[in-house]
Amino acid sequence: MDIDKNKPYPIINQLECKSCGRCVDACPKKVLAIGDTLNERGYHAAVYLGEGCIGCANCFYTCPEPHAIKIHIPLKKS
Amino acid sequence: MTEKIISSKGIYNEFPRKGRNNPAPAATHYCPGCGHGILHKLIGEALADLGLQDKTVTISPVGCAVFAYYYFDTGNIQVAHGRAPAVATGVSRATDKIVIAYQGDGDLASIGLNETLQAANRGEKIAVFFVNNTVYGMTGGQMAPTTLIGEKTVTCPDGRDPLTQGYPLHLCELIASLQAPVFVERVALSDSKNIRNARRAVRKALEVQRDGKGYTFVEVLSPCPTNLGQSAVANNDFINEQMIREYPLGNFRDRTEEAEPVVRPDSDFTRESLDTLFELDSIPPSIPHDDAADTETQVKIAGFGGQGVLSLGIMLTEAAQAASKQVSWYPSYGPEQRGGTSNCSVIISKQAIGSPVVYNPDLLVAMNRPSFERFKNDVKPGGIIMYDAQIGDVELPPGVKGVAVPAQDLAEQAGSSRAANTIMFGVMLELGITRLPEAAFARALEANFAKKPKLIPLNLKILEFARQWVKNNVR
Repeated sequence: MDIDKNKPYPIINQLECKSCGRCVDACPKKVLAIGDTLNERGYHAAVYLGEGCIGCANCFYTCPEPHAIKIHIPLKKS
Repeated sequence: MTEKIISSKGIYNEFPRKGRNNPAPAATHYCPGCGHGILHKLIGEALADLGLQDKTVTISPVGCAVFAYYYFDTGNIQVAHGRAPAVATGVSRATDKIVIAYQGDGDLASIGLNETLQAANRGEKIAVFFVNNTVYGMTGGQMAPTTLIGEKTVTCPDGRDPLTQGYPLHLCELIASLQAPVFVERVALSDSKNIRNARRAVRKALEVQRDGKGYTFVEVLSPCPTNLGQSAVANNDFINEQMIREYPLGNFRDRTEEAEPVVRPDSDFTRESLDTLFELDSIPPSIPHDDAADTETQVKIAGFGGQGVLSLGIMLTEAAQAASKQVSWYPSYGPEQRGGTSNCSVIISKQAIGSPVVYNPDLLVAMNRPSFERFKNDVKPGGIIMYDAQIGDVELPPGVKGVAVPAQDLAEQAGSSRAANTIMFGVMLELGITRLPEAAFARALEANFAKKPKLIPLNLKILEFARQWVKNNVR
């Protein structure tokens, strides 16, 4: 799936995710979901649905894994 | 295109706890939905943003966060259960580091409660982050001091009942009852609004540490989905609906503006100052003597308070030290009234002494009858009892030699009614029971009366008087 990199978007590290679901619950735009496939460690890792992220970072701050989610926010060209 | 990336700071990039070949080298050891990782991120981020990582020592507790040193990119110490306040105090006072004590509710509020309150009351420069999830996590969900009334855990399966288990402990409220703490706040990790608020409180606490202003305490209501048997999302509801009712969020103390930096006088830990403190700089050379045949000598000295019982023990200890022996002096004050009986135990040995307790003395010095009767049957066969002749007729245990010393009378004859113990000391020397050299006894008297030097010649005279009495009166 192609993500529009001119808009904010999360990168979810599939390997580190433990499928707790906190990010899905915390997302105000409901653009995260628990994925269908198992990761290497046996968890259904969370996925970004591909559009709609506003870069609020709620998912980043609520995620218990330090390196499972990163938020990319494009800056206006100067 | 330029972009900003929001990611973890102040945290290591990999956590090699399970080795470098771990399939997920950057995953924590925490359960899914655990609050520790969330708080780790908030603390790490604040430390990095404030530029404090290299000035910070993080103290890991016993509990699930025992491995916090795998995560925080700071200095790290892992300490015994509940002892973070003591170690944090030491680090804070001995260095100029910022100290974080990261502790859970079992660690901080149960076994470590006393130290927590004492450190807070001293206003130590420590940032305490207290993770309250209402259970003992690491050991499998037992009841904690913070378990809610009615909450079921493996050790209160019918729910916590205050009639048998008491009430939940409110730590912020306890800490805020003390005068010294600078900043006390309770926050939660249950939803984004609360997490943002926790982020602010964590940052503020670390700013207080950066400025050296004193003690900060941030209690963090945190999820433990595994032990509470809830989904991560349901655990957030539990925090919002039940925990916060018992543990209201908010600030309990904020003196961050008016508080002044805590500046304590420097401690002098140089070798010279410690030697002076422990009087190691004035030890005279050891008195040589032949101790090839020596074994251990155990002595019990007992009598009324005021008879110099304890100081006779100290004199004997000094004599043994002067001859470079291992020696222990162990007073027993007991709960008796002042003027009641007292005793002390002295062990003199060539070997290191394991226990200072004397059960079966080689020598008993009994200054009064109650002491004689109490300890006489403990004396080893072949041992000696020196007792004050004023006791009168006595019955000695079989195989034990008795020496009746008119210590009080002799002391008065020799010039001091208060020197019965020096008489006993001289008798001990002349009988050779301790096998310590003569010069050691003289040096012991000099050491014992160092603060009243006028008494030294008198006591040396009394020592000699006692030796003469032995020569004339004891076979």
